[in-house]
Amino acid sequence: MKRIIFFFFFLNIVFAVNGQKYMTKNGFIGFYSHTPMEDIKGDNNQVAGVLDISTGEMVFQALIKSFHFDRALMEEHFNENYLESDKFPKSSFKGKITNLSSVDFSKTGIYNVTVEGDLTIHDVTNKISTKGTLEVVTGGINANSKFNIIPEDYKINIPGVVREKINKNLEVTVTMKYTPLEKK
Amino acid sequence: MRRISLSVLFILVCFGVFAQEDLMNLLNENNPKEINFTTATFKSTRILNGHSIERMPAGQLDVRISHRFGRINTGAYEFFGLDQANMHLSLEYGIFNWLMVGVGRGNYEKTFDGFTKFSILRQSSGAKSMPVSLSVLTSVAMNSLKWPDQTRTNYFSSRLSYVGQVLIARKFNQAFSFQLTPSYVHRNLVSTELDPNDLYALGAGGRLKLTKRISLNAEYYYLANPKSYMSQQIYNPLSVGIDIETGGHVFQFIFTNSVAMIEKGFIGETTGSWAKGDIHFGFNISRVFTLKKH
Repeated sequence: MKRIIFFFFFLNIVFAVNGQKYMTKNGFIGFYSHTPMEDIKGDNNQVAGVLDISTGEMVFQALIKSFHFDRALMEEHFNENYLESDKFPKSSFKGKITNLSSVDFSKTGIYNVTVEGDLTIHDVTNKISTKGTLEVVTGGINANSKFNIIPEDYKINIPGVVREKINKNLEVTVTMKYTPLEKK
Repeated sequence: MRRISLSVLFILVCFGVFAQEDLMNLLNENNPKEINFTTATFKSTRILNGHSIERMPAGQLDVRISHRFGRINTGAYEFFGLDQANMHLSLEYGIFNWLMVGVGRGNYEKTFDGFTKFSILRQSSGAKSMPVSLSVLTSVAMNSLKWPDQTRTNYFSSRLSYVGQVLIARKFNQAFSFQLTPSYVHRNLVSTELDPNDLYALGAGGRLKLTKRISLNAEYYYLANPKSYMSQQIYNPLSVGIDIETGGHVFQFIFTNSVAMIEKGFIGETTGSWAKGDIHFGFNISRVFTLKKH
């Protein structure tokens, strides 16, 4: 009897812990660079992300090769010359919502959040802090954020010939639609 | 009682471990392995003279202008060959990601040419592993020179020659790629009875990246037909060159013993010898335009 109670107790914990994690496999991360000479837009719709609402921890992982561009040549240069995706195939973020208490996950609505964490691109990790929103909807959580990054911060060198075509600041957009993580 | 406390301890341990489980690992567990296709085995659709495994993706137009100057050993009077120029212009387009076509015109025998290149295998790792990329190239060339002998019956078909190539390439690492190119050339009409209509050759070419945007390329074709009987002394074409990539352009600077820029010409009709200094300087310029965004 005790054993059975113990078993249920254990199950319950597992269940409870699971219920606090949300996941997506097709989140969106895109970046945009505007200059008078050229607009460059790279979109990735296969970003994987997990959000733990009990701790506010969130992680993302994006395959560099899954970023797609209007021009095939841009995509090739992005992979070959800038991000070196054969050497560094993934980009990731590991961070935490700093004002978790202001979000009420039991009530639908849009909440402003601040996220701090480590962004790794091109094998270089930088601390970033950005504002965004969490939208609690029935059956999931949507996360949105927009921030700027500077390629040079991630040791991505842009040669002089094309410097004019790439904005010094890239605008990064993150859109995630999380659903509760189910244990298989 | 002891049992219960043990159980509770166990539960606590379990819980602790579970809670601390790295979210990143959770991501990796839930993410299936993807197929990782190799890209940019070569910078351009040509290694130097011959085709590389690369093709134009769908909707991309490649405008190519190529020159081969005269022989360097013609000396200062000919400005080391630069006074003479052979050129080839072509428009090449990706219809699908696996099919590209091109048309061109060169002043070597006033030739019009057209080709199709099919991509059949793509080198990949990850969920699906494929050691090499493989493409098939077929091309037709039409010489449009005035008939040398107007008195005999000249057929249009005599102007044509065909080429079939299998391109097998592997990108060994970021810097080094290698390609083997078994080739077959059929010429409907040849100069004399001594010259075979069918030519068989094996091409080998590679690139070594020196920097992210500059690579050193070399290419050689071994012509398997016995050359000693042919009406002209024919040599195997050897080319060495440098690729420089700047945004939408690729410049290829090349030293070669061949003056023709189409397969039929450089595989079967190279009359220059490196040993004698019959070397041509030349370049290929490729400019890619995006006609259809994807």
